Amino acid sequence: MMNLQQQNISDNNFESCIKCTICTVYCPVTAVNPDYPGPKQAGPDGERYRLKKPFFYDEALKYCLNCKRCEVACPNNVKIGDIIQAARIKYAKGKPSLRDTLLSNTDFMGQMATSMSPIVNFSLGLKPVKLIMDKVLKIDDHRTFPKYASQKFETWYHKNAEKEQEAFPRHVSYFHGCYVNYNYPQLGKDLLKVMNAIGYGVRLLDKEKCCGVAKIANRCIDEATRDGENNLRAIREAVERGDEVLSTSSTCCFTIRDEYPHLLHLDNADVRDHMMLATRFIYNLIDKGKVKLAFRKDYRKRIAYHVPCHMEKLGWTIYSTSLLRMIPGVEFIDLPSHCCGIAGTYGFKKEYYKYSQAIGEPLFESIRASGCDFVACDCETCKWQIEMSVDVPVLNPISVLAEAIDFDATRRLNV
Amino acid sequence: MENANHKEYDVIVIGGGATGAGTARDCAMRGLKTILIERLDFTAGATGRNHGLLHSGARYAHTDPESAAECIKENMILRRIARHCVEETGGLFITLPEDSLDYQDAFVKDCLASGIQADVLDPKEAIQLEPAVNPDLIGAVKVPDGSIDPFRLTTANVLSARINGADIITYHEIVGFEKDGNRIIGVRIRSIHTGEESCIYGKVTINAAGIWGHHVAELAGVTVNMYPAKGALLIFGHRVNNMVINRCRKPADADILVPGDTICVVGTTSTRIPFSEIDNMKVTADEVDLLLREGIKLSPALAYTRVLRAYAGVRPLVAADNDPSGRSISRGIVCLDHAKRDGIEGFITITGGKLITYRMMAEEATDLACRKLGIDRPCTTAEVPLPGSEPDADDEERRAHIIELSTEQKAAEGRHGSWSGKIESKSDSDDALVCECEQVSVAEVNYAMDELNVHNLVNLRRRTRLGMGTCQGELCACRGAGLLERHDGCTQRSLDDLSYFMNERWHGMYPVCWGETLCEVQFTSWLYQGVMGLGSADKDDSSLRTDHLNNL
Repeated sequence: MMNLQQQNISDNNFESCIKCTICTVYCPVTAVNPDYPGPKQAGPDGERYRLKKPFFYDEALKYCLNCKRCEVACPNNVKIGDIIQAARIKYAKGKPSLRDTLLSNTDFMGQMATSMSPIVNFSLGLKPVKLIMDKVLKIDDHRTFPKYASQKFETWYHKNAEKEQEAFPRHVSYFHGCYVNYNYPQLGKDLLKVMNAIGYGVRLLDKEKCCGVAKIANRCIDEATRDGENNLRAIREAVERGDEVLSTSSTCCFTIRDEYPHLLHLDNADVRDHMMLATRFIYNLIDKGKVKLAFRKDYRKRIAYHVPCHMEKLGWTIYSTSLLRMIPGVEFIDLPSHCCGIAGTYGFKKEYYKYSQAIGEPLFESIRASGCDFVACDCETCKWQIEMSVDVPVLNPISVLAEAIDFDATRRLNV
Repeated sequence: MENANHKEYDVIVIGGGATGAGTARDCAMRGLKTILIERLDFTAGATGRNHGLLHSGARYAHTDPESAAECIKENMILRRIARHCVEETGGLFITLPEDSLDYQDAFVKDCLASGIQADVLDPKEAIQLEPAVNPDLIGAVKVPDGSIDPFRLTTANVLSARINGADIITYHEIVGFEKDGNRIIGVRIRSIHTGEESCIYGKVTINAAGIWGHHVAELAGVTVNMYPAKGALLIFGHRVNNMVINRCRKPADADILVPGDTICVVGTTSTRIPFSEIDNMKVTADEVDLLLREGIKLSPALAYTRVLRAYAGVRPLVAADNDPSGRSISRGIVCLDHAKRDGIEGFITITGGKLITYRMMAEEATDLACRKLGIDRPCTTAEVPLPGSEPDADDEERRAHIIELSTEQKAAEGRHGSWSGKIESKSDSDDALVCECEQVSVAEVNYAMDELNVHNLVNLRRRTRLGMGTCQGELCACRGAGLLERHDGCTQRSLDDLSYFMNERWHGMYPVCWGETLCEVQFTSWLYQGVMGLGSADKDDSSLRTDHLNNL
């Protein structure tokens, strides 16, 4: 009889749950919000009821951060976070609000804001503007908006860097993401500096769009799918010309690799393994002895590393932390793995702000206690949350490397 | 006879299945002083061990038009009077490439002749209606099948009987009859728990004990030729289908897949078994094999869906009186007036039939009892809704628009209908979940213990679905045992109860114990034996046997 059931679990694998409840123990939301039923009940338990009748959909599923810590904790590999997100997409009542649409349309907002960045940055910091956004849009007035850049990363790249990149013997392509493009081009420039130092030219993808993580979280699924299809086309072109595709954001990388097939049903199997974090790519080259780094003698820093939730899910923390530990002048502190609470656009919303801050508090406390010069972290939204809540600067490991290496010496080592 | 109960009843009903409960209700509603006696718990026999199919009658339209007409009539009545026990899913009769479409033509004609709506669908339409159906189908007919929860149905009938003045006794078996000449004037009963015997007197005794009625009749000194036929079924972990799926061919093994509450059930087989096995049935590997193989033909998704457990019920097949060989079996309703048949006054046997015709059977038996008692009152059970299905009560979906219901409140409304309003949550801890898979709260357990004749975990499972979900008691059994202990104050009994409950869950999981079910069982045994130190019951066989019955 077992021959008839070689594989006795459905595609959505919620029946693999053996009800051990470890996921609920690791859920950052359950700990602070009694209205959230927790991943076990929201996920596998709830799914049985939703299959019976969609009427059993519980609106409290909106409290899920989509941090995927439940999936990391699960001993039986149940895609708990995916089950919850898919249920929200399928069953949640009403269309996404104006606020949710604005927050999730990072490309649109970024295009508008970068063209008028001084005015936008100035007004987003004003008390009356914040109050209006709080009352009208329900974007919490405690939240500090990330600053918009005056020039997009893409514009800078095409003007100042594109030509010389082709001269390098080897190449990678770069999925820069919205944050680098509209808010913080410096991170993209840092990646170019590091990659160039080890002998790699950096190319951009053709017409890159937002990875879609915010659109998925805000249930703008059609737009997310359109952007996703476009990105996969661009990534395929890069892979076909022989490039690996690097990212400096753990969330963009995770979304393209895992959320595309699981939540948007986009088949990325042919390119998934070519999409990775820059730290992983660089570490592997060093590990194989293909490249070497030379560091500045005078670099002295006490760095605390925070693991973003999606980095935890990718399982790639070790690459970023190992690179940081290679720097001779670095005193390295591993922060206890804990969600910062912002979860992208979640922490901007008025109704979630207090949970967002309560979730992050244990992390903030350990950062304060660490006495670090800055926090290193592979995620931009963690950066906003920590900088706003603890007042300690946060740098991407790639930016740390860019600052710590001796550029000329490294170039000479990797000719 | 020292503790004889000298109150005299008009009617004694033996058997707490759907038929017995329905008969007690009918008698009580016609103003008869009624008592219902059940050996174990309500629904412990065949009532709790079937598909839970609200037959449209289509299955019998070709072979047994009389049964078909009964089914569709009762089907329509139950939709009204037992709204909270019924789900109007609709049903499909599918023709697969290995079957003949000629049968479908005859089938549709026979359905219409019996008054059963039967719409021929294009296979593509059928797939749209029910995406889980085998996509290879070459024909489909839509009929008004549905699903019915036999536990809820029986509980509601018992409640209704009680509201109308009937007395209810569980865990007492019949050990003999009190006679006055050739007239039965009462029954001798023995407590399953204490072994204490007593007498109950009544003018008419109705034997509605299903297959166990064979033995009850023997005690009364009459012979009813019954044959136990075992039917095995498999429960899957969740619903793959939302419509009943049948094969459009002559009724055969494992050709019905019914969605019921959070799960779906495929069945059944049909095997004659000896009477010695009716209290302790096992589902064999061959039966599991057959059920899966045929089930996959109804819905291929069953090949990769977790099987929760296997179980079997016993149909009471009755041989026609003029055929002592037992070859001519009736599947219809059998109502025997033993005064006419055997010269025993005051004794009626009601048997045969199906779950869906329980009300009609109860009506026939009660009509006969009334005639014997010289009472002329009409039956109203087809018009008066059961407790929980009152027409003025808002249904769950309408209520959900008015107030925000939690998942466990929605689930409880589904289980108790309008009576879920009696589930009182006085504090946050009353809202806490006991059974997470089936969303049973502390408040619901308290309600069941107070109102629904709950003495042990198995009773609680039948009243609330506690322990019926994916984990099969892994998380909830110990919590439920704790609440029962608080309710009746005996720690040792709760511990024994817990052991037997877990063993009973294991009994049903054993035949399908591979894959995730095996993981679940292993994890459960670590928790209960390893972490909690719950021992295996190392008692001698005889005490095991009584304890086994204690907990059924």
